[in-house]
Amino acid sequence: MARHASDADFRTKLQEWIPKLVLSPSIALMLVFVYGFILFTIYLSFTSSRMLPKYDLIGFDNYARLWGLSAWWTAVTNLAIFASLYIFICTAIGLTLAILLDQKIRGEGMLRPIYLYPMALSFIVTGTAWKWFLDPGIGLENTMHLWGWDSFSFGWIKDRNMAIYTIVIAAVWQTSGFVMAMFLAGLRGIDNEILKAAQIDGASNWSLYRRIVIPMLRPAFLSAFVILAHLAVKSYDLVIALTGGGPGRATELPATFMYSYTFTRNQMGTGAASAVIMLMTIAAIMMPYLYAELKEKK
Amino acid sequence: MSIATQDTDVNTGKIARTFIYLVLLVFALFYLLPFFVMVVNSLKPLDEITGGNMMALPDKWTIQPWLSAWSSAQIGVEPTGLKPYFVNSILMVVPAVAISTFLGALNGYVLTKWRFKGDTILFGLLLFSCFIPFQIVLIPMATILGKIGLAGSIPGLVLVHVVYGVGFTTLYYRNYYAAFPTELVRAAMMDGAGFFRIFWRIMLPVSGPITVVSVIWQFTNVWNDFLFGASFGGQSQPMTVALNNLVQSSTGVKEYNVHFAGAILAALPTLLVYIVAGRYFVRGLMAGSVKG
Amino acid sequence: MGFLDISNVTKSYGTVEVLHQVDINVEEGEFLVLVGPSGCGKSTLLNMIAGLEGITSGDISIKGRVMNGVHPSNRNIAMVFQSYALYPNMTVGQNMTFGLEMHGVEKSKRDVALKDVAKLLQLDQLLDRKPGQLSGGQRQRVAMGRALVRDPDVFLFDEPLSNLDAKLRVDMRTEIKKLHEKLKTTIVYVTHDQIEALTLSTRIAVMNGGYVQQLGTPKEIYDTPANLFVATFMGSPAMNVLPAKVSTIDGVPYAQIIDGEGQPVSLRFSQENMADWDGKDILLGIRPEALTDPEGADRKSTNIATFHNAIDVTEPAGSDTFVTTTLGDADVIARLRADTDVASGQMFEFAVNMDKAVVFDPVSEQRIAP
Repeated sequence: MARHASDADFRTKLQEWIPKLVLSPSIALMLVFVYGFILFTIYLSFTSSRMLPKYDLIGFDNYARLWGLSAWWTAVTNLAIFASLYIFICTAIGLTLAILLDQKIRGEGMLRPIYLYPMALSFIVTGTAWKWFLDPGIGLENTMHLWGWDSFSFGWIKDRNMAIYTIVIAAVWQTSGFVMAMFLAGLRGIDNEILKAAQIDGASNWSLYRRIVIPMLRPAFLSAFVILAHLAVKSYDLVIALTGGGPGRATELPATFMYSYTFTRNQMGTGAASAVIMLMTIAAIMMPYLYAELKEKK
Repeated sequence: MSIATQDTDVNTGKIARTFIYLVLLVFALFYLLPFFVMVVNSLKPLDEITGGNMMALPDKWTIQPWLSAWSSAQIGVEPTGLKPYFVNSILMVVPAVAISTFLGALNGYVLTKWRFKGDTILFGLLLFSCFIPFQIVLIPMATILGKIGLAGSIPGLVLVHVVYGVGFTTLYYRNYYAAFPTELVRAAMMDGAGFFRIFWRIMLPVSGPITVVSVIWQFTNVWNDFLFGASFGGQSQPMTVALNNLVQSSTGVKEYNVHFAGAILAALPTLLVYIVAGRYFVRGLMAGSVKG
Repeated sequence: MGFLDISNVTKSYGTVEVLHQVDINVEEGEFLVLVGPSGCGKSTLLNMIAGLEGITSGDISIKGRVMNGVHPSNRNIAMVFQSYALYPNMTVGQNMTFGLEMHGVEKSKRDVALKDVAKLLQLDQLLDRKPGQLSGGQRQRVAMGRALVRDPDVFLFDEPLSNLDAKLRVDMRTEIKKLHEKLKTTIVYVTHDQIEALTLSTRIAVMNGGYVQQLGTPKEIYDTPANLFVATFMGSPAMNVLPAKVSTIDGVPYAQIIDGEGQPVSLRFSQENMADWDGKDILLGIRPEALTDPEGADRKSTNIATFHNAIDVTEPAGSDTFVTTTLGDADVIARLRADTDVASGQMFEFAVNMDKAVVFDPVSEQRIAP
């Protein structure tokens, strides 16, 4: 017996360390730039920072102030309207298109890219296109008038009460094709033998989808919800490009609120507080999802 | 995209089929119309837009708006056109995509083939960082970039995009490598290959499909980003920010045709990538999102 | 000390011990098969020999050199994996010489080694193909070729035939056996297939629950299984196990069992020392081929007992006819000659070769006789 068990050779020891060393830059970046920054922002939300960070703790004053601001309430209300409509309509359109596209459609190869291409665009481009398309003076309304439909009126984008819905339209246009692709992938993953069995059992197409196919798409629904929900909370560019938060403040969302309070109005403490609220919203959606995903994989 | 493994076996009647085609075509129109209108009107003189029908083809075709958007339109205060910003975007996108993809590949390799205690937690943290609202990091990021002298510079933007993109690239490579047989890595180990040799010789040569996905994903995200560009761009603003400045400028006559030409210019690189390699992109997105 | 020594080796994951005190010495040129149901620890043990998993306690040494903590590539071993683990981006030739390249062997020497092995395994024509273009059997041969090129001290096989279809599996089994007889290499081979174990090995280690249940030649394992687990795991169809009672008549021990009708049947033991168990319960193990029709019984046997019993099910299998009958409240399988004329429900005369019967203690499940 020449050597003892604990006497691992140098190479083996090194091989054990290399993977961790390779992973460490990413982990370090993440710890500092994501979690460190989150902690820093949370800290700032308890200080009286205005134009520059200050480090005096003032308790929950910023949060109290935030929830007392009518602009914040507008932003939160808008987000509730926007997110629920956006998620619901995208899911509905995405599911419908996926089911229809799954019926051995000739030209599927051409239709799919058409449905999908908007997601390759920047929200700024989408916003620019729709801003103009919805403009009553030169866009859709004008065209309808020129075509002889004089009573046609579509001025939502200039209407304080309706402008938030134009953001929904543009956002749905951009993402619903992507949701379609997610559902289509789910549909294509369903075993055809199950469909055959259900048809032999006498299920009509309607009940086949309602009772068997759609329940089997549960994972796709969940993924779609998580992705759409987090996109909704993060929505910033589209509002800037489409309405700039207006008319007035009618289409402010938490993301635009945070930006303008922090960098334009020099209310950094309040801005930080609003960012923390946004993070908590997303965490509430993502945490259970990620937990379930990672646990399953082990 | 060729995710199609099998078409459904559901049978439909003739009337139903006609209806299905009708609905599908209406939606195709819905998705195509805004872009069609943009393209058509970017090729018209301004007076045809303000006085005419947006659906009509141009009476007088012109590429003047495109030239103007590219090289002479007023962006902010300077009449530079979008050209310098386009260059900024390229200078930012290429290193950001290359670095984040490379890191993602290494991370995915470690997290699947060299697992250790706690790796799932680290991956969970990394994954969550993909989904945070970036507002939560804006303030400290502005401070730090200022302190390390990268504020308003291209390297600063590259750093930001690498940091917040590496979670996604890691996710892609991790899912891809997870399906790659671990026995191959063991075989290579017994053959005498070490950590990096296995990566170069065994893993990378078969990583083509997922690398396409990761590159396209990162390219689209970084190119299309507005928030970071607007916050930290300073003197090196990317294309999206410049486009927004062009469109939102309140001085002078609104040159819609130039705006559209600019918007299409800003969309062109990602659209091109999407048209050329879109099928891989979607296939990969499916693997990454549906299966977690 | 043997060629490959596994002494007092244990493996734990956290507080769970999955391998307990394994002790196996393998001589040079031996073909050792580790066999057992899934989760018995056989693959863990193989991976520990390979260096792919750490050793919790004990030592593994090859040619007298302790291998604990030595990197897999420095142990001079080669392994054939269940999935073959061929590098998909390399040609067959590159796959086979990758290991030599990693060990810094120069190209001309690699080519010589490759040529020899390719000829031996009839892979000459395939060297420029990619693994994706090969059939299952060809991939299997490439995987073995990759191991052979290295000329290692020990070959490790991890269920190498389980991905092949039934016919190919038998062909490849023969091929592996031929190869071993020709090259006289030392092999450790893991499988869950007991027929592979019996046909290939020079010695078998039957494993279950992280313990080596028995270590011995195929004949020892088959004829004198150490305990009930080994008895029922090895052999197909499995050994019949019937509860019985020992009684002595004039000092001669008999096994008392109940037939399908509820009538007692007495079978004389070939082992006289079974008289010591007079009046006690035992388990009687009878392999299907030791329970036959009287004409089919082993001529060399010294002790054949016959009795009548009803046939429940007949299963003609071509070369044999298997019938099921009820003995001691258990289903018992007998192996009759192929042309035996039997039908379900019929009364039939069975012959038991008691020389081949194995007796177990019903409590400890250990073998008492022979």
